[in-house]
Amino acid sequence: MANIFSSSIGKKLIMSITGLFLVVFMLLHVSINLAILISEDAYNAACEFMDTNIFIQIMVPILAAGFFVHILYALILTLKNRKARPVKYAVNNKGEASSFASRNMFVLGLIIVGFLVLHLVQFWAKMQLAHYVTGHGHENPYLLVTTVLSNPLWAAIYLVCFGVLWFHLTHGFWSALQTVGFNNTKWLKRWQCIAKIYATVVCLGFAVVPVYLLVQRYILA
Amino acid sequence: MDLKLKIWRQKNAKDKGRFETYEVKSISPDSSFLEMLDILNDQLILEGKEPVAFDHDCREGICGMCSLYINGRAHGPDSEITTCQLHMRKFKDGDTITIEPWRSAAFPVIKDLVVDRYAFDKILQAGGFVSVNTGGVPDGNAIPIAKPKADESMDAAACIGCGACVATCKNGSAMLFVAARVSSLALLPQGKIEGARRAKAMVAKMDELGFGGCTNTQACEMECPKLVSIAHIARLNREFLVAKLRD
Repeated sequence: MANIFSSSIGKKLIMSITGLFLVVFMLLHVSINLAILISEDAYNAACEFMDTNIFIQIMVPILAAGFFVHILYALILTLKNRKARPVKYAVNNKGEASSFASRNMFVLGLIIVGFLVLHLVQFWAKMQLAHYVTGHGHENPYLLVTTVLSNPLWAAIYLVCFGVLWFHLTHGFWSALQTVGFNNTKWLKRWQCIAKIYATVVCLGFAVVPVYLLVQRYILA
Repeated sequence: MDLKLKIWRQKNAKDKGRFETYEVKSISPDSSFLEMLDILNDQLILEGKEPVAFDHDCREGICGMCSLYINGRAHGPDSEITTCQLHMRKFKDGDTITIEPWRSAAFPVIKDLVVDRYAFDKILQAGGFVSVNTGGVPDGNAIPIAKPKADESMDAAACIGCGACVATCKNGSAMLFVAARVSSLALLPQGKIEGARRAKAMVAKMDELGFGGCTNTQACEMECPKLVSIAHIARLNREFLVAKLRD
């Protein structure tokens, strides 16, 4: 175990383990969101569960740490990688040899961090955090979420961020498995395909809520 | 073909360096890229100017000596080849071709288009070998090796150490080179014995020499003249992490 995390691969192991942890979290998050499509009571009950369940209470600080470490190591590794090429090429045909997402993970990540802060302030602070601090969360989380996301401007911002998240996940998912060594010539293509399916399911799951609310407000109303 | 060449000129490692533009005329589309540079150098010598320094040796794509970042791509606009195997028919008459050296902190420019790739030798010296005692040649059939494993090992061993992976990688990472060595030996019973020590020593040396980390962009694999797969990087990661966890 000695000094494993001082090596480049050890640092990337931290990136991939925290990344895979966040990949699992996304599935939970999207499942809870989809309760909005069922009914107001269903979503409020889901939020009540997230506020009170003991397992969730334990996982919240671990999740926060997961985000923090993932972002911190992204910074450390990116800075180190930039140092490895002090003189840039005058002409560089990057598009020929690699995917857009793989080249821009850091920038995509930065946008997601910005989105994360906005999202936490807008919802989490008023829901789960409020419950944690005062003992009772938002009285009607459904109303809070639907009011924000049925606003076309907020809906548009959220949808763009889900697009950014899609790119980040398509590369991040299989890349994490490659870094932990769980890959070979056959599974490379398979993981890349599974990563696209996963990212699409998660991001569509997130996107369907604001779209549903907009349709309900402007077309069905 | 008449061509305009924008070439990086740098007197020595300390010189700042700059691009200079040259013109070459009546180049045959069938000549190789290096032959075209030879013609340019003849021309420069006749004009009393300093010829352009560039690396080359076998000129048949197996020694790993030639390099060059041509129009934004390592080994130029073709796949599965080294620069010496690139032909002028890949360009059009009247084209401007930009030629740069490999750019990496670990590969400093020595002169013009020549970079110091000694860092690769240092990584190899750290563990890219099998320790054998001297003695008679062992019987080739004494240790059975499954065909798929032998094939995969040979695919990795095809690496010629040209450095296109480092040159192409946006992080200047040498992971494909290190992975090719570690993986090709780890797949064979003779190499497996020292597998853990080798992975640790080579990765430590790679980190020490200032190469960046791998972010799995796959650019290295696309530009590798021998098409070494990034699946070997997954094996290197596995070998390294298991070795470290056992310590």
